[in-house]
Amino acid sequence: MALKAAVLVFPGSNCDRDCKTAVETTVNGKVDMVWHEESTLPSGLDLIVIPGGFSYGDYLRCGAMASLSPVMQAVKAEAERGVSVLGICNGFQILCEAGMLPGALLRNAALKYVCKPIELKIENRNTRFTNAYGNAQTVWMTQGNGDGNFFAEPDVLKDIEDNNQVVFRYVENPNGSVNDIAGIINKQGNVLGMMPHPDRAFEDALGSADGAPLFQSLVNALQTA
Amino acid sequence: MSTAAPAPAKTMAEKALEYGLKADEYQVILDRLGREPNDVELGVYSVMWSEHCSYKSSRLHLRKFPVTGPRVICGPGENAGVIDIDDDQACIFKMESHNHPSFIEPYQGAATGVGGIMRDVFTMGARPVALLNALRFGEPGHPKTRRLVEGVVSGIGGYGNCVGVPTVAGETNFHAGYNGNILVNAMCVGLADADKIFYSAAPEPGLPVVYFGSKTGRDGIHGATMASVEFSEDSEEKRPTVQVGDPFAEKLLIEATLELMASGAVAAIQDMGAAGLTSSSVEMAGKGGLGITLDLDKVPQRETNMTAYEMMLSESQERMLAILKPGREEDGYRIFKKWGLDAAVIGETNTSGHIVLKHKGEVVCDLPLAPLSDDAPLYDRPWVEPAQEPELTEADVPVTHDLNDALLKIISCPDEASKRWLWEQYDRHVMADTLADSSTGHDAGMVRVHGTKKALAVTSDCTPRYVQANPYEGGKQAVAEAWRNLTAVGAEPIAITDNLNFGSPEKPETMGQIVRAIDGMAEACRELSFPVVSGNVSLYNETNGVSIPPTPTVGAVGLIKDYDQRVGFNKVQPGQVIILIGETKGEMGSSLYLREVFGIEAGAPPKVDLACEKNNGTLVRRLIKSGVAKGVHDLSDGGLLSAAVDVVLASKVGLQLKNPTELADHVFGFAEDQARYLIAVDEASAHLVIAQAAEADVHAAVIGVAGGTDLSYTGLSLGIEALRKAHEDWLPNYMAGKA
Repeated sequence: MALKAAVLVFPGSNCDRDCKTAVETTVNGKVDMVWHEESTLPSGLDLIVIPGGFSYGDYLRCGAMASLSPVMQAVKAEAERGVSVLGICNGFQILCEAGMLPGALLRNAALKYVCKPIELKIENRNTRFTNAYGNAQTVWMTQGNGDGNFFAEPDVLKDIEDNNQVVFRYVENPNGSVNDIAGIINKQGNVLGMMPHPDRAFEDALGSADGAPLFQSLVNALQTA
Repeated sequence: MSTAAPAPAKTMAEKALEYGLKADEYQVILDRLGREPNDVELGVYSVMWSEHCSYKSSRLHLRKFPVTGPRVICGPGENAGVIDIDDDQACIFKMESHNHPSFIEPYQGAATGVGGIMRDVFTMGARPVALLNALRFGEPGHPKTRRLVEGVVSGIGGYGNCVGVPTVAGETNFHAGYNGNILVNAMCVGLADADKIFYSAAPEPGLPVVYFGSKTGRDGIHGATMASVEFSEDSEEKRPTVQVGDPFAEKLLIEATLELMASGAVAAIQDMGAAGLTSSSVEMAGKGGLGITLDLDKVPQRETNMTAYEMMLSESQERMLAILKPGREEDGYRIFKKWGLDAAVIGETNTSGHIVLKHKGEVVCDLPLAPLSDDAPLYDRPWVEPAQEPELTEADVPVTHDLNDALLKIISCPDEASKRWLWEQYDRHVMADTLADSSTGHDAGMVRVHGTKKALAVTSDCTPRYVQANPYEGGKQAVAEAWRNLTAVGAEPIAITDNLNFGSPEKPETMGQIVRAIDGMAEACRELSFPVVSGNVSLYNETNGVSIPPTPTVGAVGLIKDYDQRVGFNKVQPGQVIILIGETKGEMGSSLYLREVFGIEAGAPPKVDLACEKNNGTLVRRLIKSGVAKGVHDLSDGGLLSAAVDVVLASKVGLQLKNPTELADHVFGFAEDQARYLIAVDEASAHLVIAQAAEADVHAAVIGVAGGTDLSYTGLSLGIEALRKAHEDWLPNYMAGKA
């Protein structure tokens, strides 16, 4: 069974095609593109991807407007039913703004947009997004953002750490994220938000194929479910 | 109550001068119209006849460029150039300057430069897939430089990152010659289907003219005119003529435009760039040999009480003008609504041959279109042979006794130091097709043609100090270096776009630089079968009478048919043999060695032997294609040792080099002879390469081997970390106020 995925498209999404290509290339998944004004999602989804970009321009707080869009209400409902949700970059910001993940993403510590390949430590390999990473301790992906500085209040942060919700941690922190956090999962284990881009690191020609196992993990999870 | 008498109204002749027209140009308008133009008409004439829009000083000389070739689909004259990249696919590209606005307001100036060049490309039906920029700033110690760097870089990033097009390559220089006029040249490369290219000429009368995109405001009025005059002390007062960019609006505009084109509704289309609504409507109707009537009351307006003059001269960003096929307005409205864009049918094409503008029930402009272009001034400006730096003798070149120190000075100088601080602010990976960018250790940026094994290689090149020292040789060199950079990654060089930045053409010395640089570029383009398909001319880059160094920037595109056959200088392995392709005669004139080690800016620049360039490049491409060349890097600024440092840092491997020639070690190490490449090959194939080179009549010599943890050469030994620190530290320290 091919992975059935939907990629959300906001007017300012600019990684929507990248996410589609990544899912198709890595696991031969079937991908529907879903416009932001839709209030329902295709049925029988295994994965919803919220791609990177600048959803509605993000001249206000990144992802704040998108979190209130019609399609996000449908995403929340699907997530509650256990469907996997992957938010990358702007998608991570939207998930935090929507309250689907704890914490917030602030302006980078250096107050600049930073684009560079980045080494990530896999902190939790027992998730449906990371089971295919085997024994790999660290992986490389690229990232590019101006607001990737993850922050949570101390009690929230303790909760995140205690529950093993940190999935990826920066080896060298590029943006001031608290506890070097690059990606977190919700308590139920079906919603992952991350700043680095697996959708730009899914084959060797792109400099790294380390994003590919993330998509393979989802297929593995389906098969063992 | 003031009792002062009102100032006497200006005559139209006085206004003409104020709008940038010369007295004799105004006389041509009077003769043609047989009457005085009104204010709106004068505005239309002044922008259409500005240097920026009419190329009146350069047109005569631009004709020297070769503009055709087996892969050229559309040469200069449209919004951008179009080349054939096989499989019914086309690549559309152009470079354009935004120099004057960027000096006055660096963030918005640079941002709207990026926006403008993207519109030129998607207006023709292409999805933008790569951005480049060529930046020239004043000397680092100048009080304005740091702020300009900061603003320009964040403007470029802020716009391109949001729209979602990767910025994959570029170049940056610092020189006192740009203290009063920085240069911001932006290039955009797009992809389209070869049978779905869109042009601007209105095809027939009776078609609706649709405006869509952002609303029209009062920003940028007379921007094209500002770009056509010199700066003086009070230029910063021109800040209100700088446009303000909205990259989110641009993103919507791209998607809506491409969707509108795919729907089959578009008959002709043109973006509103310099001179906004004026140039777009005049060009569409004029090129089609038709007439056009616009009702300005229908133009979506951001501000109240805008006059016809303001609307026609506004350079508000992110706006398009399309002529739709009959009865297709509904397709348009559906798409514009989806993307949340303002849109209105504001006029119609007709057979009148006139542009007629109506506003508040009155005709406010009625001009015959043909004379607007036919009578456009064309100047054969007087020029003199520009001053040339003399050939240096051996005695003119001081000898250094510390090669370590010389090399460290060169690789840490502002021109050569790593520009990581800049390009880390640019999204280089969005679209997930980037194979090579500023960070990866390649001579050109590379992006895949989405969904294929093909890739485009892109580069931007000019060495202003060479052009200053000898405009003709420097012009040749700019083209040759671009060709070499594409060759060095394994691409077939196809065509160029040029961005000619000079001072005032009204000075015979500067005009001489323009003429001779174009002569040199044209010769190189001919000899290398590297036609010019688009371009932009930026003149009057001077402040208080001091001109910038002549800077004809070349943006170039090449094709790689199978991207698995690409190469860089980032994967050189220990044990591989290093071969120098091309002859080193010891060209030290205008070299970085002289400038950075001894403070001497003198001497004839390296000569470019185009036959040799072609011959050497052809061999290098063959070695890449056959898989023999495992690493390739061209030699340019700073010569052999500077290139060697690039290899060491990108491949994280030492190089043990020697001087196999009779030349002095500092000369062989730092000479900037052209048509040269460093290649790394497996030990077993080294003799084969030397034999192949001899057969092809190409100079080639084994000069060393990769391995160890340092760069060593006669009298020189530097560890990788020392080199990295020297190369990386300057720019971040400078931007932090520490250098």
